Amino acid sequence: MSWLENIAQKFPGAVKVLPSPAGENVLEVTRDALLAVCAYLKNEHQPGFNFLMDLGGVDYLTFPQPRPERFELICNLFSWPQKVRLRLRVPVPEHDPVVPSVTSLWAGAGWYEREVWDLFGVRFKGLADHRRILLYDEFKGHPLRKDYPISRRHPLVSNEKMSAPGSNGQARTHRIKTPQPGANAQNMLLNMGPSHPAMHGVIHLLLELDGETVESAEVGIGYLHRAFEKDAEAVTWTQVFPYTDRLNYVSPLINNVGYALAVEKVMGLQITERCQYIRVIMSEVSRITDHLTCIAASAMELGAMTGFLYFIKVRDMLYELVEEITGARLTVSYVRIGGVKADLTPTFADNLRKILKELRIALDELHKLLTRNRIFVDRMQGVGVISKQRAIDFGFTGPMLRSCGVDYDVRKAEPYLVYDRLDFDIPYGTNGDNYDRYLVRMEEVEQSVHILEQCLQQIPGGEINVDHEGRVLPASEMADYGKFGRTKGLLQIEALTDPTLSGGNSRLRDNIFPDNKRAVLPAKEKVYGSIEGLMNHFMLIMEGYGIAPPIGEAYQAVEGANGELGFYVISDGSGKPYRVDVRPPCFALMSGFHEMIKGDAVADIIATFGTVNMIAGELDR
Amino acid sequence: MRNLLGGDNFVTSRVDAAVGWARKFSLFQYPFVTACCGMEYMAVSGPQYDLDRFGAALPRFSPRQADVLFVVGTISQKIAPIMRRVYDQMCEPKWVVAFGVCTCTGGFYDNYSTVQGIDTIVPVDVYIPGCPPRPETVLQGIMLLQEKIQKQKQEY
Repeated sequence: MSWLENIAQKFPGAVKVLPSPAGENVLEVTRDALLAVCAYLKNEHQPGFNFLMDLGGVDYLTFPQPRPERFELICNLFSWPQKVRLRLRVPVPEHDPVVPSVTSLWAGAGWYEREVWDLFGVRFKGLADHRRILLYDEFKGHPLRKDYPISRRHPLVSNEKMSAPGSNGQARTHRIKTPQPGANAQNMLLNMGPSHPAMHGVIHLLLELDGETVESAEVGIGYLHRAFEKDAEAVTWTQVFPYTDRLNYVSPLINNVGYALAVEKVMGLQITERCQYIRVIMSEVSRITDHLTCIAASAMELGAMTGFLYFIKVRDMLYELVEEITGARLTVSYVRIGGVKADLTPTFADNLRKILKELRIALDELHKLLTRNRIFVDRMQGVGVISKQRAIDFGFTGPMLRSCGVDYDVRKAEPYLVYDRLDFDIPYGTNGDNYDRYLVRMEEVEQSVHILEQCLQQIPGGEINVDHEGRVLPASEMADYGKFGRTKGLLQIEALTDPTLSGGNSRLRDNIFPDNKRAVLPAKEKVYGSIEGLMNHFMLIMEGYGIAPPIGEAYQAVEGANGELGFYVISDGSGKPYRVDVRPPCFALMSGFHEMIKGDAVADIIATFGTVNMIAGELDR
Repeated sequence: MRNLLGGDNFVTSRVDAAVGWARKFSLFQYPFVTACCGMEYMAVSGPQYDLDRFGAALPRFSPRQADVLFVVGTISQKIAPIMRRVYDQMCEPKWVVAFGVCTCTGGFYDNYSTVQGIDTIVPVDVYIPGCPPRPETVLQGIMLLQEKIQKQKQEY
């Protein structure tokens, strides 16, 4: 009997083992038993599930298969260091959408539950702070419900107000909270953000200050809520890629890869070896740009402008390298389901090596400038501390968790792509303070350089794209020459056109009517130059014909620059995703931010906020 | 003589031009940075593209001291009142630059949470398209703004 069935036996009638084609551990739990099951899983079960990685909702209103109830609550649990994942699915009826809160077990659950209330309208019994989180109080309805139209807006500022005389007073001011009864009347309340030089991105801190000391703090988010998850349900599987770029826009390629891997997991698709290497290379380049930006910005906010200039210089070189491959500096949309958009250019390896050399010089310079700089060390060491236990309770991952001494890294714990073939170390700190986070990031850049060098040595030749059945398509045909303007050779290609479209040449019939399930778009020169290519493209792009994973679901985690970036994808068998739920690493980090700044001075908030590396795009989605 | 100099306008237009010239090379910007475009905004102020050449490098984080409101990145319905408030707090003369396609039109975020172009909330002087715009596009936008400032009727 498997360990899942053991759990089901412990709670007869309340827990059911669900089959998972993607090979995941899934349990269905009734909502009455949820709290007891979670307490058992966390405290008594071996291995104990100490991380609540993600908590989200699903609305099954229009799902083709019957479901026990309209709503479902999803808890993705993780056990460290045993590296076991478990998903709990809790059906929630429409007429009484109430679930017990699990905040008593995982401190990080509070924000996730507020989000589910905000977007799905499911209430949580026992949740102390039951306000909206991403949207605002004036918003009516719950936008991720399937019956909420995507463009129903509730604007706070309208055009009429702008043209009205005396409009200055009419723009709605930001509400400033009045002190809670019982709060110390001596303390001052201070609003920091949403538009504040150190709150890069948009975030709102409400601080209760005793002199210069932060007594308590409240973090307000949602100012960059762009409805990623609702948009993803409105477009086709491939069209989601541009939206994923803009989640963590400092490392867009990692987001691309994470989403592609999740969809490929649902489809059961294995990509070619060369493509796996390309994805690793691009992910690591993205990780370096992310860490450079984080260190540069946080150093600049402490007054070290030189460090910012050094790192931005190298980052621009990396952007240009990314542009050489993908065609864009920042929002790349490079990865495709089943492959990537284009192969590496012939000059890529040389260019990358040159940049890595420059990067090493910049790293050395920054070490000299900062690492033993008295002012920098004094402002970083012992500031913004969080304990190992609290970090795990809040679901911290990435450099923040590693600075506390937990060496959890998805690349090592559950190697995806070819990370298991590469030799690299996971740096981790001991104190959980700003200085350790700075050192961890600096060392991770070194390790990424190391990974890149190995990849350049190991990367095999061959094809980069596969179709749905895993058949290899020639890379030479897939390379996107047309887009880069190298169309000289294309003029010689004979265009195979057939006005009847029924296929006059029977040998080409298979090509003219390609398999509906094929996943990868044909190269542009094939689309423009031959009827098969055009048909293939048409079939993939037209709704109802294109990429349509079978009904199913999967959760795939990758190591983002800020920690575990998870995509939980549900397919209803159609050409559009039924639900794409993101587990953004920042969300967990910011939910514990108030504890990190408690007791520090106001000026320390800036140092701490810099090392958290909050990215509003993935925080608010 | 009076006819030759073009009447009273002659003197006025010269002062206008001088004030415009001075104003266009001392742009103090308020970066209202919300999203992805901020990365390119960083690149523009970085060493390679160097916004300092245009006299527009120094950001002021108080709206009272700023001339140009740079709206960089998506404006959601939730943050719209705050951006409006920052604009209202700025002193005349003031200009607004819409940096990136989200601020111009809402971009591909046609949904419940995104403002469909900041010109529905504040008047915009220069639109810089792109998602995000390349640094070169931004520099061109700055130059267009300078041209506009130079040519406009100055109030002083």
